Amino acid sequence: MFRGLLRSPGFILGVGLFALTLVAALLLPLLMPLNVEQRVGLAYTPPSREHWLGTDHLGIDMWSLLVHGLRSSLYVGLLAGTVATLVGTLIGVYGGYKGGLLDDILTVATNLFLVIPTLIVLILLSSSLDEGRSLTLIALLIGLTTWTWSARAVRAQSSSLRHRDHVALARINGYGTFHIVVLHILPYLASYIFMVFILQTASGILTEASISMLGLGPYDSVSLGTILNEAIRNEALGDGAWWAFLPATMLVTVIAFSLYIVNTAMESVFNPRLR
Amino acid sequence: MTARPVMSPERSADVKLEARDVSRVFGHGKGRKVAVDRVSFQIQGEEIVSLVGQSGCGKTVLAKLLLRLDQPTSGQLLFNGRDIEAERDLKRHFRQVQAVFQDPFSAFNQFFTIRSQLESCFRLFEQRPPPAEVAARVDAALRAVNIEPREIDGKYPFELSGGQMQRMLLARIFIIRPEVLIADEPTSMVDACSRASILDYLMKLKRDLKMTIVFVTHDVGLACYVSDTIYIMHCGQIVERGAPDQVMTAPESPVTRELLDDIPDIHRDWLGRGAGAGASAK
Amino acid sequence: MSTTPILDVADLRVHYRTRAGTKVQAVDGVSFQLAAGEVLGIAGESGCGKTTLVSACMGLYMPPLFYGSGSVRINGESILGLDREQHRKHVLGRKIAIIPQGALNSLNPTRKVRDLAADMIYSHGDRSGKAEIEERLRERFTRIGLDARHVLDAYPVELPAGTKQRVVIGVSTLLNPQVVVADEPTSALDVSTQKSVIRLLFDLMDRQIISSMLFITHELPLLRHVSSSIAVMYAGEFVEHGRTEQVIFDGRHPYTRALMGSMLSADPGQRGKKPVGIDGAPPDLKHEIRGCRFAERCPVARPDCSGAEQPLRTVAGRAVRCSYATAEPGVAAEPQMDAEPQMEAQP
Repeated sequence: MFRGLLRSPGFILGVGLFALTLVAALLLPLLMPLNVEQRVGLAYTPPSREHWLGTDHLGIDMWSLLVHGLRSSLYVGLLAGTVATLVGTLIGVYGGYKGGLLDDILTVATNLFLVIPTLIVLILLSSSLDEGRSLTLIALLIGLTTWTWSARAVRAQSSSLRHRDHVALARINGYGTFHIVVLHILPYLASYIFMVFILQTASGILTEASISMLGLGPYDSVSLGTILNEAIRNEALGDGAWWAFLPATMLVTVIAFSLYIVNTAMESVFNPRLR
Repeated sequence: MTARPVMSPERSADVKLEARDVSRVFGHGKGRKVAVDRVSFQIQGEEIVSLVGQSGCGKTVLAKLLLRLDQPTSGQLLFNGRDIEAERDLKRHFRQVQAVFQDPFSAFNQFFTIRSQLESCFRLFEQRPPPAEVAARVDAALRAVNIEPREIDGKYPFELSGGQMQRMLLARIFIIRPEVLIADEPTSMVDACSRASILDYLMKLKRDLKMTIVFVTHDVGLACYVSDTIYIMHCGQIVERGAPDQVMTAPESPVTRELLDDIPDIHRDWLGRGAGAGASAK
Repeated sequence: MSTTPILDVADLRVHYRTRAGTKVQAVDGVSFQLAAGEVLGIAGESGCGKTTLVSACMGLYMPPLFYGSGSVRINGESILGLDREQHRKHVLGRKIAIIPQGALNSLNPTRKVRDLAADMIYSHGDRSGKAEIEERLRERFTRIGLDARHVLDAYPVELPAGTKQRVVIGVSTLLNPQVVVADEPTSALDVSTQKSVIRLLFDLMDRQIISSMLFITHELPLLRHVSSSIAVMYAGEFVEHGRTEQVIFDGRHPYTRALMGSMLSADPGQRGKKPVGIDGAPPDLKHEIRGCRFAERCPVARPDCSGAEQPLRTVAGRAVRCSYATAEPGVAAEPQMDAEPQMEAQP
């Protein structure tokens, strides 16, 4: 099973890319001096040997900003992904297994959340929080508004698993819902839930980038989205200062892309089994 | 359908399982399906009764109703005279009514060892015995199905054969010792060689542990060999009931006749093609 | 009158390599011939090697399955040793086709029947135009007794089980393969469905769509109605091989008799005859086995059975792999039935 994954070029590529960004985010701050406060040059100076990606509109080293931004975005993505997956799995697996009234109630709740335009809610919440907007809070907000997708996906799988013979056997062994869900349903969903997590993380990163780009991102931190926001606000495009927005855009794309292809590779290996 | 009494009124005190006008309907409107249609029967204690019919006749749904894995839409199911739905404590019901399933591999969780899954049936008892006793009882049950306990130590379900796994399902029954066993097509996914031993174990359960067994199958030949009474089902209804000899030699229902006809008996022209078997196509 | 057999398998040996590198000789010297219009039944328990034999006869060798030695010829031409592309286009589907186990669920639910059938044709290098293919499909589907226009347009889920079965078999045999391998077509099926599937196969033989067939099963008695000759397989070898009447009614190998003994009959004359199971399991082929491979489980094994090699000998007009199979009907000694250990009833 796992060998199939290791043979898949998509999986290797995706994991490789993502791991690279993760390692970069964690190690680079330790290995080199990064300063996001100090003015080191004039506004929008192009890349040079000293400043690999030039400076931003305040003259701050762009490379430092990028690494910090990468860190923040990954943090938000992973936290939002975790929260969304946890909430969604919890709701989805119970609703799917129990069926009946509980399932109906949870489905209605899920659909309600689904219908609410996430971005607008985030925008409204973000704008009302003003200075309270920390990375963690944003991550939580994203996680708590995007879990619906996980819930529906997990619910479908859980619902088909509940008819399996080994679940019936557990029932006639006297096991209750909680034990059956934990021992007999979740293990069979483990790989699926992991895939869900990957997609939720990718989505979290993109969502954060979106709201930050609109100026509603974290108040005191740098993220890939805030970098883009600053670039827009200060007309980096017009000035031709590509280093102010292109690297950030590419990073967001690369991270999301790497996660998506990992998911695709996993799906082709795992999904046939689930059916 | 002629009403052919299977037992005389005096024995009704012995009735272990009873169905009174039981129905199970799925869906509504155009998608409405009547899986079990006003079924009534009485099963004596220490009897092996077969529910026989083609797939879709309702025998498996009826089995699930008896197991309380599903609820009837109408009618009553009684165990020892009491409505099974009235028993609030499910564990109590499962101590008395158990099952073996058709597919021995999908019946076990692939993530846990076989031994741990056999031990998990002790959950049904009010007090779990000490580990030494649990192990001893599991070992005794394994030996009852001719498996040396050491053979399965540390093994997972996928490491054993279909015949062995089916015997694991039976070992569970030897541990739990219910009064009633619902055997849902326990031989259809097993090789012909292992079939006979499974049937032998069922008869052993009836004989030594005084169990009442409801044997669900599509093969009337098997049913005739192993049961005391046969119920033929078709479209959710019982269309014929009787002792194996009666059903085999003088079937009343065309459904029964067709089922008998479908057994590939070597002594007659099964396919109706005359000539020798497998002769070249004309 | 000698005619080239359609399928000629000679001393075929194939093995698996486990992850640890051990060699498992799954098919160990199997030979048989299949004539045009003939049905050969191959019977054996799970693990006897019959499924491996199917892959081997079709030339489907993919790790961990490896070809050892021996030949497989269809109409005199070997089908082994071809490159993958050649094999896929010219052998599979054309010379030899398989009707898989669990056929009912083998149709892709997301495509129409027409596309599934057309795929079969296209994937074999046929570049005919759409109209021509449509004509072929219509003609073939009608010939196998289906309402072509309706069925071709449908998705598999829309069709009833019986029709689906016909479609699966129809698609597998679309290119008129010379040999059809039916791999356990009736396992885990209703007895009634069993009958209809086998009827269907014979129907196709009558309509000249299938010519020769290998019918694989673990239910030996079923072959009474299906094949003209039978080979009983055990632990990678044929232990008995002869005409159907011989093997079914007068089996000379103890395993054959044991397989027949496990059958139950609803025939009133046969009531009360206790079916006999065979305890234990086939031997682990990872290790070399000395002497008779069935000796361990054989009800009439003698001490020297595990010592001497057991070649196939001709006894009473068929091939038997047992030193003690005699020219007299019936086996030398009857098996002894042990008393069953009793379980104590609850106090």
